[in-house]
Amino acid sequence: MKIVIENVGKKFISSKKEEVTALEDINFSIHEKEFVVLVGPSGCGKSTLLNIVGGLLSPSSGSVYFEGMMEKEPNLAIVFQEIALLPWRTVYQNVIYGLEEKKVSKKELKEKADLYIDMVGLTDFKDAYPKQLSGGMKQRVGIGRALAVEPDLLLMDEPFSALDAQTRILMQEELLAIWNRTQLSTLYVTHNIDEAVYLADRVIVLSRHPGRIKKVIEIDLPKMGRDGEEHREQFERYADEIWQLIRNDAVEALRE
Amino acid sequence: MAVHKKVITNRVAFLEKKVPLYASVLGLVGLLILWEIISSTKMVSPLFLPAPSAIVRTGWEMLVSGEIARNLGPSLYRIGVGYAIGSVVGIVVGLILGFSRWADAIGTPVVYALYPIPKIALLPLFVLWLGIGELSKVTIIALGVFFPVVINTFSGVKSVDQSLIKAAVTFGSNHFNVIRKVILPGALPMIFAGLKLAAGTSLLLLVAAEMIAAQNGIGSMVLHYGNLMITTKLMVGVLVLSLLGLTFNRLLHWIEIKLLPWK
Repeated sequence: MKIVIENVGKKFISSKKEEVTALEDINFSIHEKEFVVLVGPSGCGKSTLLNIVGGLLSPSSGSVYFEGMMEKEPNLAIVFQEIALLPWRTVYQNVIYGLEEKKVSKKELKEKADLYIDMVGLTDFKDAYPKQLSGGMKQRVGIGRALAVEPDLLLMDEPFSALDAQTRILMQEELLAIWNRTQLSTLYVTHNIDEAVYLADRVIVLSRHPGRIKKVIEIDLPKMGRDGEEHREQFERYADEIWQLIRNDAVEALRE
Repeated sequence: MAVHKKVITNRVAFLEKKVPLYASVLGLVGLLILWEIISSTKMVSPLFLPAPSAIVRTGWEMLVSGEIARNLGPSLYRIGVGYAIGSVVGIVVGLILGFSRWADAIGTPVVYALYPIPKIALLPLFVLWLGIGELSKVTIIALGVFFPVVINTFSGVKSVDQSLIKAAVTFGSNHFNVIRKVILPGALPMIFAGLKLAAGTSLLLLVAAEMIAAQNGIGSMVLHYGNLMITTKLMVGVLVLSLLGLTFNRLLHWIEIKLLPWK
């Protein structure tokens, strides 16, 4: 099974009534158990692309499809930048949201909820409301909710961008550990280059105006422990390569 | 040499100043005492302003004789049924108007066109249509409750965070479940604001309707003793109404806390 993004383009009408091309000629696919990271300067349309893949936005041209899936409806889960937890539901009730809609049995629902709440380390906070949690813990709930439906494709839209730098590093480590256990096909959007190199099997670098694929970089490093001393040089090389690709666009973005 | 010390004190302590619990009843008790003194010195004729003690005594007598129960029963029935119908219909219509663009385009102008009509002005019309019985009074209360509830529900729905709706749809919710699990709870704080507003309106309409077209009920009782110039009994009626309003508010507040533990 793989997810194919074929000739996807997106045009918007701006507030000045001008047509703006946000995305153009986007072609790539996400293979089973692959962690693909979209990286680019602000305004390159990476979140737009993720929303199209996630079925929250329709493309102006092209299409997104799952290949090699038998009859069954593809099952997606999104971890949102805004986290988007229902404030009136406790941690447990938020995590089971997707399962409820799938009409799984009471027993299975409870088992899965417990499993994934444990996986994101929130067992002690099962009955807390989102308001009572810190930012990092809220996003753990967001991740738990997405994992609980055991999606065919997991989409993550800058999930850690609202967190402080230290929490962010810890959450990245944790995400990697979780991913290692679940091995879900993942599309991850970020503007943080180190995060991209740290997490990805493949990094897709986007340019802006219009958003196009500038380069696809295979990260040839072992999945776990990339922050170790022995990989530092290689890590830096990847990060620098990406930064050089983005730099001009990022400078331009700043001027707007 | 003495060391010169300058202690820095909290200059915003007044923001956190604690007030003893009894302070909240101070004003009320003071007012009652003042009132009692004025009445007992006969500065004002008891015909115009009976003493609080006299009102309580008379109230007790009316309670024992069953006169209050005889009038409170029908009043509670009218306001209870009217309020229930008005708020349920108001919430349902508000949700539909807020969720469906078509319903919004068609229904909202209708709601806003009817909203400014003082509902009590329609009572003669309803009496003509529905008779002098309970139905016309219940309808007028339901109508009075409907409007604030529908308008608050509508704006509550509109204020629900779009990202929550997107999240729910992503995790497999259909339209009905989006309304039930996301929009309704999300709009609930606003709905409660509407329900509290409507509580006052319903009480007002109850009394007005009973004064115009009823044989019993607290409103008609107040009017009756007013006509007979039995001020003490009139004041008992007013006291019952104020207690009714207070209970109503406390009840709504209690339900709100029960339903919105996440706030």
